[in-house]
Amino acid sequence: MKILVPLKRVADPDNANKVKVNAGKLETTGLEWKPNPFDEYAVETALRLTENGANPKARQGEVIVVTFGPKETETTLRGALATGADRAIRVDATDDQLDGDLVARALKAIVEKEKPDLVLAGKQAVDGDSNQVGQLVAEYLGWPQATFAGSITSEDDKSLLVVREVDGGTVSLRLTLPAVITVDLRIVAPKSVKSKHTADTHTYADGVRFAALMAIMAAKKKPLVEMKLADLVGADTALKIKYTGFELPPARKAGIKVKTVAELVEKLKSEAKAL
Amino acid sequence: MSNVLVIAELHDGHVRKSTHSAINFAKQTGLPFSILVLGAGATAASAEVTTFGAAKVIVVDDAYLANAVAERFAPTIADVAKKGGFDIIAVTASSFGKDVAPRVAAKLGAGYAPDIRGVKVVGGKLTYQRPVFASNAFATAELVTPVQVVSVRQSEFAPAQASGGASPVEDAALAAKDPAAERVEFVALGEAKSERPDLGEAKVIVSGGRALKEKFAEVLDPLAGLLGAAVGASRAACDAGYAPAELQVGQTGRVVAPKLYFAIGISGAIQHLAGMKGSKTIVAINKDADAPIFQVADYGLVADLFTAVPELVTELKKG
Repeated sequence: MKILVPLKRVADPDNANKVKVNAGKLETTGLEWKPNPFDEYAVETALRLTENGANPKARQGEVIVVTFGPKETETTLRGALATGADRAIRVDATDDQLDGDLVARALKAIVEKEKPDLVLAGKQAVDGDSNQVGQLVAEYLGWPQATFAGSITSEDDKSLLVVREVDGGTVSLRLTLPAVITVDLRIVAPKSVKSKHTADTHTYADGVRFAALMAIMAAKKKPLVEMKLADLVGADTALKIKYTGFELPPARKAGIKVKTVAELVEKLKSEAKAL
Repeated sequence: MSNVLVIAELHDGHVRKSTHSAINFAKQTGLPFSILVLGAGATAASAEVTTFGAAKVIVVDDAYLANAVAERFAPTIADVAKKGGFDIIAVTASSFGKDVAPRVAAKLGAGYAPDIRGVKVVGGKLTYQRPVFASNAFATAELVTPVQVVSVRQSEFAPAQASGGASPVEDAALAAKDPAAERVEFVALGEAKSERPDLGEAKVIVSGGRALKEKFAEVLDPLAGLLGAAVGASRAACDAGYAPAELQVGQTGRVVAPKLYFAIGISGAIQHLAGMKGSKTIVAINKDADAPIFQVADYGLVADLFTAVPELVTELKKG
């Protein structure tokens, strides 16, 4: 199976340096960057689908990672190559030249060139929190989609059984390839992805794999090509959404610590009137 | 002249309560709006939304729409929008809304404003406010396209109230089927059966973290039962298997804003805070006095939850 995985770098949400707002604009200087966690999960999922878990070095398919960004975002791609992805594409652009719709249209053009069986994406980037690129690219390609995947089983070369995590439970869909899947948190649990190459008894370590030092060195030699946005979407680089300002949410007023359960109940009744 | 189309979501033959948030969005724009009820059994369910002041309630009732498959719904939503001259299409940002809205936008060449928390009309144009960076910032956005699709955050748009009257109901046809839909087979619905209210609708939520371990239900159920509360969970509790995934509250789970939120044994990672800090009153019970959850809690109790929660149940029963 050939899988295309879009990857985005985001400001590390767990870093002490948070995004700041200054005069209605976002300030990103001094931020630490890391791959969007859901995209890392998508890479891990793609690797699991294209290997025998007992012998991951012998690849059973191909994983191509794609990012949209300036030169320095190649670090993100190299990181994915080091964990096992086979090759990478960087589409040269800056964040202010992009929106989800343009990224989806450019991905469509890449898909038409590369002809993967599957586009596997994170369900959302944790900066814009939009949750849209997978669905948009599916529609632009005329492909079926399964969003918020919590587990994937490859039954044969033509279809995948996907269990989606939805409000109030799960939905199982069988997709005929080629298709688009966006992944949710639980996709990297030890038994969430069942590749036809891997024995049913195989158990993965929880979470995403880390690159060994040797693999990091080797990843520097893996193919990484640059593409121009205009070569993918032509002159139609107009954005559909325009961000005009940013503000910080109002701070919550400082709370108090209560000493006993009885005091808590009393406050909830008389002060908060919440009971 | 702008005209809003609200997409109703059906569940078990009824319009979901979450749809009332999208109706409230439409009312806040001040623009005329209609409601599209589509699904199997939509005709019967449409009567539930005729009293909200919609210009029309449009019904597409077809067995083809029995299950919420985006590829089946998107063509008809786009078709009804086009034929009716609707230029703003709104749906609540439920898992259904998030799944289908981008496909509708792509079909209509529309811009999409996902998961908005507010709308303003400025000089005849709509501007949308949406949370970004795990709700650590609010962005103001405009869509530059003539046709616009929005999904509406349920926790930020209170359910619209019925205003009386009777909107005329008209039938519309299913659009031509999408070839992509033939490549999706609906296999099964794994619905969690619960006596408790839905997280999106509950007035009180009792949420638990990893600290509860295997006693998640044993400790929280009596409190939730007593308060008629929904049960929520942190990501850590879901990942560890102590609570099912659909209970997860947070940036990437359900976003909630109940009247009263109990965070029990939850440390308060920013991803969790993003899903609940809009709650009116927040109570935190945690034995770690330095846990970040105390920074957003109105009332914090530093205590062992295994003794504090049963004690809380006893205290509440005293009345």
